[in-house]
Amino acid sequence: MEWNRIILVAALLIAGLLVAGCVSGDAPAVPDATAAPTAAPAPEELRIATTTSLYDTGLLDYLTPAFEEKYNAKLLIVSAGTGKALEYGQRGDVDVMMVHDRAREDTFIEEGNGVERRVIAYNYFVIVGPESDPAGIRGTEPEEAFQTLLTEGKAGTPGVVFVSRGDSSGTHGKEKAIWKAAGYDYATDVQNSGDWYVEAGTGMGATLVMANEKQAYTLSDIGTFLAYKGDLQLVPLVDSGDILLNIYSTMLINPEKHEGIDTELGKAWINYLISDEVQQEIKTFGVEEYGQPLFFPASGKWDLMGVPEAEVTAPVV
Amino acid sequence: MNEIVAGLTTAIELIVSLDAEVIETAIRSMTISLTATLFATLLAIPLGSVITFSEFRAKKVLINLIQTLYALPTVLVGLFVFILISRAGPFGFMRLLFTPEGMVIAQMILILPILSGLTISALKGVDSTILDTLRSLGASRYQFMKSVVREARYAIMAAVVLGFGRAISEVGAAIMIGGNIRGHTRVLTTAISLETSMGNIAMSIALGIILLSIALVINLILAFVQNR
Repeated sequence: MEWNRIILVAALLIAGLLVAGCVSGDAPAVPDATAAPTAAPAPEELRIATTTSLYDTGLLDYLTPAFEEKYNAKLLIVSAGTGKALEYGQRGDVDVMMVHDRAREDTFIEEGNGVERRVIAYNYFVIVGPESDPAGIRGTEPEEAFQTLLTEGKAGTPGVVFVSRGDSSGTHGKEKAIWKAAGYDYATDVQNSGDWYVEAGTGMGATLVMANEKQAYTLSDIGTFLAYKGDLQLVPLVDSGDILLNIYSTMLINPEKHEGIDTELGKAWINYLISDEVQQEIKTFGVEEYGQPLFFPASGKWDLMGVPEAEVTAPVV
Repeated sequence: MNEIVAGLTTAIELIVSLDAEVIETAIRSMTISLTATLFATLLAIPLGSVITFSEFRAKKVLINLIQTLYALPTVLVGLFVFILISRAGPFGFMRLLFTPEGMVIAQMILILPILSGLTISALKGVDSTILDTLRSLGASRYQFMKSVVREARYAIMAAVVLGFGRAISEVGAAIMIGGNIRGHTRVLTTAISLETSMGNIAMSIALGIILLSIALVINLILAFVQNR
C-alpha cells in the first residue's frame, strides 16, 4: 500500500538523521542549565514574575543555577511587562516579584499585596536613536530631549519618530514620568499627537527592534540595549540625568493574602540576591561580553538611589 | 532572504546535533497538543453525534453558536482560562496556572468547537440511505451513532487533523496559561515568539521548520492509521 512505503521512507529518513547526529563530531548541546539535580528529592518550585527588561538581558538565567543547586529548587520565571507582573502578584499566581517601578511598587505594598521589598540593582535608562540624530537631542537633559522630540515630531521634521513601549511596563512608566517632568500631560499632549509617536505594545527587546527598523528614537534600559547593541544601528544619545535612574527591586507576595505562597524559598531567593556574592556577580555581569556592566549592584548605594538603607542591606527573616 | 536560508541551516544543525533544549521543547509541544486533541476528540465525537441526531428546538442556534466559535481568538481562550485557574479564580486551588496541564485544558477548549462543528458537518454528510438502512435494521441509538461515525470517519479524521494543527500552532493561550517558562512550559510556538522578540530570526525560523516537520510526521501517522 502506498502509505506503507511513505511511512517506511520517513522512518528511514529519521533513522538516518539520528545516525548522522551520533556520528557527527559536534558534542550535543549542554543540557538545560535549569535542570534540577537528580539525586535529591523532588525540587521545590518557586514562582517568580519579572519584567522583560530584566529577563531579556539574561541576568536571571545567569543567577538561577547556583541558587537552584544550593536549595534544591526549581525556579519558574515568567517574564512579562511590569503591569502584568504586578497583576500576577496581586492574584497570588507567583511567590516573588522582581520589577522596576517604585511608584507602582509603593502602591502595591500599601495595598498589602507585597512585603519584604529589597533593592537589588540599578542602572540607567537611556534615550537611543539614529546616529544622524535628526532632532538634535544628543547630550541634552532628558526632559529637554523629550521637549525637542515632541516639538520636532509634531512639526514633521523628517526622521523624528519616537517608539514608545505603549504597555504598562516599568519602562513605559518611566517614559510617562519624563513627559510629566517636561511639563506635558501624557494623555492629551503626547498620545495621538501625530504619526511621530508610535505606541508599540511590545517588550523592550521587540521595541528596540522596531525602533531600529524605523531608525527612530526610543527609551530603553541600558541592560537590554547593550544586550541587543550588536544587532542595532541605534546609539545612546541621552544617558545622564537624575530622572533616568532605574531601580530594580524584588519582593515577596504577601502570604497572608494568598494561600500557598512559598515564603521559605521566596525569602531565601531575596536574601540570595542581596548577598555579597551575588551583588558581586551582578557587578561583573556582562562586562566581558559588552565592555561595560549591564547593572550596578545596590549594595552600599542606598543614598544614591534614594531608598531606605534597610531595603538594601537587611536580610529577610 | 538570508534569514530564511540561515533558518534552514540552523534547523538542520539543531536536529542533527540533537540539541537537548530544542528536543525538550518539541516533545512538550507534541505531548500537550496531542493530549489536548485526544481529549477534545473524545468529547467532540459523542457531542457532535448527539447534536446531529437529536431533534430539539435550539438545535440550529446551537450549531450556529458552535460555528461562530471557530473564530475564537487563542488569546481570548487564554484569558478566559487564566481567569478561571489563577489563584484568585474559582479553580485556583488546583494550581493549574503555569503548568503544562493547564495548557492542555486551554488548547482543548480552543479546539472543541472546531472538532464538534466539523463532526456535525461530517455526520450530516452521510448518505441518508445509510441512515435509513441502519434504522430499518433495528440499530439501537448507540449502535446507530457508532455506525454513522464510522461511515463518516474520513471527514472526522480531517477534523481531528485540523484540530491538532490549530492546537500545536497557537501562541495566545500557551503564553497566557503557560507563561513560557524555560524548561517547564516553553513550547515551540512560545519559543518562536520569544526568539523573534529577541531578534534571533534564524532561530525562530529554525523552530518553525521543526514544528512543521513534527506536524508532517504526525499527519503521516494519522493518515496511516486512517487507512487501516
